[in-house]
Amino acid sequence: MRHLMTPMDFSTKELDQLFDVANDIEKNPAKYAKACEGKKLATCFYEPSTRTRLSFEAAMLNLGGQILGFSDANSSSASKGESVADTIRVISCYADICAMRHPKEGAPMVAASKSAIPVINAGDGGHQHPTQTLTDLLTIRSLKGRLDNLTIGMCGDLKFGRTVHSLINALTRYDKIKFIFISPEELKIPSYVKETLQDLGIEYEEVIRLEDKIGELDMLYMTRVQRERFFNEEDYVRLKDFYILDREKLDMARPDMLVLHPLPRVNEISVEVDDDPRAVYFKQAQYGVYVRMALILRLLGIEVC
Amino acid sequence: MLNVGKIEEGFVLDHIKAGESLAIYEHLGLDKLDCTVAIIKNARSNAMGKKDILKVECDIETLNLDILGFIDHTITVNVIKAGEIVEKRKLTLPKMIKNVVKCKNPRCITSIEQGLPHVFVLTDEKKEIYRCQYCEEKCTERW
Repeated sequence: MRHLMTPMDFSTKELDQLFDVANDIEKNPAKYAKACEGKKLATCFYEPSTRTRLSFEAAMLNLGGQILGFSDANSSSASKGESVADTIRVISCYADICAMRHPKEGAPMVAASKSAIPVINAGDGGHQHPTQTLTDLLTIRSLKGRLDNLTIGMCGDLKFGRTVHSLINALTRYDKIKFIFISPEELKIPSYVKETLQDLGIEYEEVIRLEDKIGELDMLYMTRVQRERFFNEEDYVRLKDFYILDREKLDMARPDMLVLHPLPRVNEISVEVDDDPRAVYFKQAQYGVYVRMALILRLLGIEVC
Repeated sequence: MLNVGKIEEGFVLDHIKAGESLAIYEHLGLDKLDCTVAIIKNARSNAMGKKDILKVECDIETLNLDILGFIDHTITVNVIKAGEIVEKRKLTLPKMIKNVVKCKNPRCITSIEQGLPHVFVLTDEKKEIYRCQYCEEKCTERW
């Protein structure tokens, strides 16, 4: 039985197969409408995450399956002190597959070790959020036609951004990837990430200004620079506007560059660029549903001919 | 100079970094054994300047070499029979270590889940890096 704990649980070949199914779902949704009839997805969310939970639920409903679960720890037996191991043993009796979000890092792995059904890590603290990474990869592959030979800009909070680290890690398996890290000094990419890239011989650059490099990028991954990450207000005010993607900055970019964002967007991408064909972050959310549909099928061992 | 006599049957842990013998004694559970143990601290060493030595008069099989390899794989393990060294066991970094050290990450599931073993996995042999199996936090201390 397979689970999904990190994006690296699947080989690049397996990911290609998964993305092929996701793209087929995009083209022929009706073909998959009854694929999971009679199957149930349990969404066990120990902390609220509306978008991720709804994306999983939409995925299962699109496949003709049913959903059950809880959306925060207070409405689950965890509030009575039940362990993750016990909860998943019980959930295994009720559902065919489980998507688990938990504030504690490694909780879905504990669940997987005791589970009789496939478990998907739907985010565990600051650790992993593999279906976001699969969403990002599918979006890039679908819209660029490849996952290799890309210059990828990562912009904003690169120090604490879980989605950024996870995506970098997943992209290191593809050829001719170059990273450009665009962030303030305070939010630079951690040294261990850079060490990994050096060990793998993957090229990267670090810059402060988005305008300096936006013209070189095939893809720009935007993240939010959060006020609370700064020690003083002055630094925040000084730097925050560097990382707002507006029409002026986007005009410097290539006509085929993609702008991705894990969402929610606050003010780091100006709404004036939303209608630009390069702004694909809402399309990315749609790909999130397709890839979760493909993942549910894969983990349940269902093939649709 | 203080002389500690030979042991007849058992093992000698040599080339322990000076000052670490007591911690190793406790970590290996030698305090729980009903046998003679000599703890020699700050012995002269050509290679190390100063070193600690543990002499233990009991069967080598009581020793958990994985734990010892995790703590310090440069320690020399000499097996003694009839007062002579009959074997030198080479220590290696174990691939996995269970319930030897605790994960220090307060966000790790091990901080709340009852009965969960603390498992660390060797993720980089060259840099001797162990990470928590659950949260991947780096292990920063060996005991």
